[in-house]
Amino acid sequence: MKTFLLIYFSAIITLSLYLFQNQDAALAESMQRGSEIYSDFCVTCHLQEGEGVTNTFPPLAGADYLMANREASIRGVKFGQQQEIVVNGVTYNTAMPDPGLEAEEVADVMNYILNSWGNVSEEMVTVAEVESVSEN
Amino acid sequence: MKNSVLLLGLSILTFNLSCAQDTVNKVDTPEKIPFTAELLIDEIPVPWGMAFLPDGSMLVTEISGDLIHYKDGQKTKVSNAPKVYKRGQGGLLDVATHPDYENKGWIYISYASDEGKEKGGHTALMRAKLKDNALVDIEQLYKATPNTTKGQHFGSRIAFDNDSYLFLSIGERGDRDHNPQDITRDGGKIYRFNDDGSIPEDNPFVGTDGAKTAIYSYGHRNPQGLAKNPETGEIWDNEHGPQGGDEINIIEPGANYGWPVVTYGINYSGTPITDKTEMEGMTQPIHYWVPSIAPSGMAFISSDTYGADWKGSVLVGSLKFQYLERLAMDGHTVTKREELMPGLGRVRNVEEGPDGLIYVAVEGKGVYKLVPKK
Repeated sequence: MKTFLLIYFSAIITLSLYLFQNQDAALAESMQRGSEIYSDFCVTCHLQEGEGVTNTFPPLAGADYLMANREASIRGVKFGQQQEIVVNGVTYNTAMPDPGLEAEEVADVMNYILNSWGNVSEEMVTVAEVESVSEN
Repeated sequence: MKNSVLLLGLSILTFNLSCAQDTVNKVDTPEKIPFTAELLIDEIPVPWGMAFLPDGSMLVTEISGDLIHYKDGQKTKVSNAPKVYKRGQGGLLDVATHPDYENKGWIYISYASDEGKEKGGHTALMRAKLKDNALVDIEQLYKATPNTTKGQHFGSRIAFDNDSYLFLSIGERGDRDHNPQDITRDGGKIYRFNDDGSIPEDNPFVGTDGAKTAIYSYGHRNPQGLAKNPETGEIWDNEHGPQGGDEINIIEPGANYGWPVVTYGINYSGTPITDKTEMEGMTQPIHYWVPSIAPSGMAFISSDTYGADWKGSVLVGSLKFQYLERLAMDGHTVTKREELMPGLGRVRNVEEGPDGLIYVAVEGKGVYKLVPKK
């Protein structure tokens, strides 16, 4: 019995370590691809450190809107957006054109944005999650 | 110590004097504005190109793919607009009419197209005629290759010179290390065509082995402004630099404008691209912006509609700072920069209409007409 428990628990620990590492690795890879999308499509307005331009282009780094509105943020990246939003107490009403990204690219760039410049997200954005977000 | 400070001061002064232009140039806010901005066409998400028809109506492109005919206060969608590759900065881009539109009837359109074997898209040029609210007699005149899934730098402005040659800008499609300096590759170039899309025999690289012979000048990054100087007939461009280093260039046949070998800009990450701002064999801009304003669209004021001192000025839209910039000119020298319509929105394009009035296209708003104050 003792041996069984020992094997049982070590198996569980090994398995969970493996799964966690796998998820970390998947996130790291997604963020890596996302950083390339970011410098291709986003950096001109939101800038290198996600700092944006106050009153013109909302920041992404430490942005309360982004962290609290995950679905709306995915929608914005997926379809573009044109509506008034308040980010860190500042009102923004600049249109963001539809960047024309594929679902995997939206997930990658969201993972990059949600986990860079001090931002931390509990849950990884998946392709399925992006696909489930509709325009309206 | 005092001496060294003095020396430092002197060397900074000398350095500044030795440059053609102050490194950071100032924009002024004018006291008197000689116009009232009137929103002529509303609710166009990203109005990119504008063209004027003889009956006083207008064609406006919307980047997602709609070609809009604006007539008597009504917007109508024109059918048969080209299918566009909608990604990043790509889509339905510029529109222009033939200089002799009344007799020839040709309308020219630039757009991002996914036509071709590779995945992705690149800039294309077509012409067509407008009949019963549809494009007819469609002919594709050029399609840059190879396609790429990169989202940026399609260029795509169209301008005609006094001899009815068509000039088209194509940006370097996010591949600065391969495209702009290589005349056997598309992108990072200004092209010159005859009005039927054929390539003029006296284009600078006709006869050069392997060259894309439609190329007229190279070493460009992303020219989103192209206009004929009405006084001299020259074609001028404005182009986006990276971080800093937006430029105005006068387009000369065969000239190399240096990107990315020389630039006044740096990478978005803050790292340098090159330490060189000039080099023999590379043409200098007549003006550069540090910091970048992200210039899009360019127009000359050819009349004294807005006062005698505005005649000959260049107007440029700023995507980044969301205003319209006026550059007062003395020949090829910028003498003054003014910020007009501050906070208006991302100014995508500016054109002078045949009525001498200025039309300004703003993202998220539409098209404004600048009505002169009495």
